Amino acid sequence: MTTGLSPADLFGLFTHFLVLSLLAVGGAITTVPDMHRYIVAEHHWISDAQFSSSIAIAQAAPGPNVLFVAVLGWNVAGPIGAFATMAGILLPSTVLSLWATRWGAQRRETRGVRAFTTGLTPLTLGLLLATGWVLAEPYLLDASHRWGALGLIATTVFVMLRTKLSPMWLVALGAVAGLLGWV
Amino acid sequence: MSGAAPKEALNVPGSVRELFFAFNRLALQGFGGVLPVAQRELVERLRWLDKEQFVEMLAISQVLPGPNIVNLALMFGDRFFGIRGAMAALAGMLLAPLVIVLALTALYAQFAQLPMVSGALRGMGAVAAGLVISTALKLLGSLRRNAMGLPISLAFAAFTFAATAWLRLPLVWVIVGLGSAAMAVAWARLRE
Repeated sequence: MTTGLSPADLFGLFTHFLVLSLLAVGGAITTVPDMHRYIVAEHHWISDAQFSSSIAIAQAAPGPNVLFVAVLGWNVAGPIGAFATMAGILLPSTVLSLWATRWGAQRRETRGVRAFTTGLTPLTLGLLLATGWVLAEPYLLDASHRWGALGLIATTVFVMLRTKLSPMWLVALGAVAGLLGWV
Repeated sequence: MSGAAPKEALNVPGSVRELFFAFNRLALQGFGGVLPVAQRELVERLRWLDKEQFVEMLAISQVLPGPNIVNLALMFGDRFFGIRGAMAALAGMLLAPLVIVLALTALYAQFAQLPMVSGALRGMGAVAAGLVISTALKLLGSLRRNAMGLPISLAFAAFTFAATAWLRLPLVWVIVGLGSAAMAVAWARLRE
């Protein structure tokens, strides 16, 4: 991957992720649609397939899901890109979390805090569904992979809702199915 | 908190160092998400939190912006050792996995042309999409207990989905627009 980004572009990437950090209610993964809009649709820094595979690599590796942000940054602009996106996504929310935990600990039952929580919960779930859709879309639009991918997605959803099997096994199943050329 | 049965005594992390390695250990076990492992380690194995405390921390970390599990680590570390604890838990959880995932990314760039490698990634990507969708579906049930009522909650979830997945509106607008409307409804409903 070439680091063809100007300092201004890198700064733009960093500040975009700074903003996303504060909007990531319900987890970093819920901002995936907006990351896609900014990095792929608007700036064309990486392709659709690269975007999806960045998230797949992070999912395949151990650790918090938020690391996909580092992989995206790396694919856009190498190590400095990874630093820009990770610092951006972590700084504001870390400061805010530490401050808010201490502040909110005494005010948990107040109407304002409860209205905040109650109001944002449905948005969180809508965003999570949208993220699933954005991740699935490139596979579903590609005619040669559509049915295999759809089968894997449906199997995953079914197994997750009906059993207590660890997601690790499904990730492994996906890898093997892909390796054998079924997807 | 409604402590009905007498609670068994909980353990306490002995040092910042112990905190670092505990979070390092649980992060490295977390394939496809750390949350289930965090519950098993912090509540069942180390017994640093009871189930109720864990759920409460999780709810707060979900509402706060930022990665959930990262917020949970910060909150947990801060509770025992202040800022130093928060940073130790955060570093423990992120450092080793970050090195691993970036190494994989660099390797992948070398082998991306091999059809088997890109096929495997495609398969894992489809599963990743399925995991996110199933998590969302599982949690939709929790809206039944939302003070706004199920129909209004589901409507807000559906509008949010349509605005981001279909209309591709920038997230800022969605949170500011739909979010403030939802909070206003919640504020009014919480009066009773």
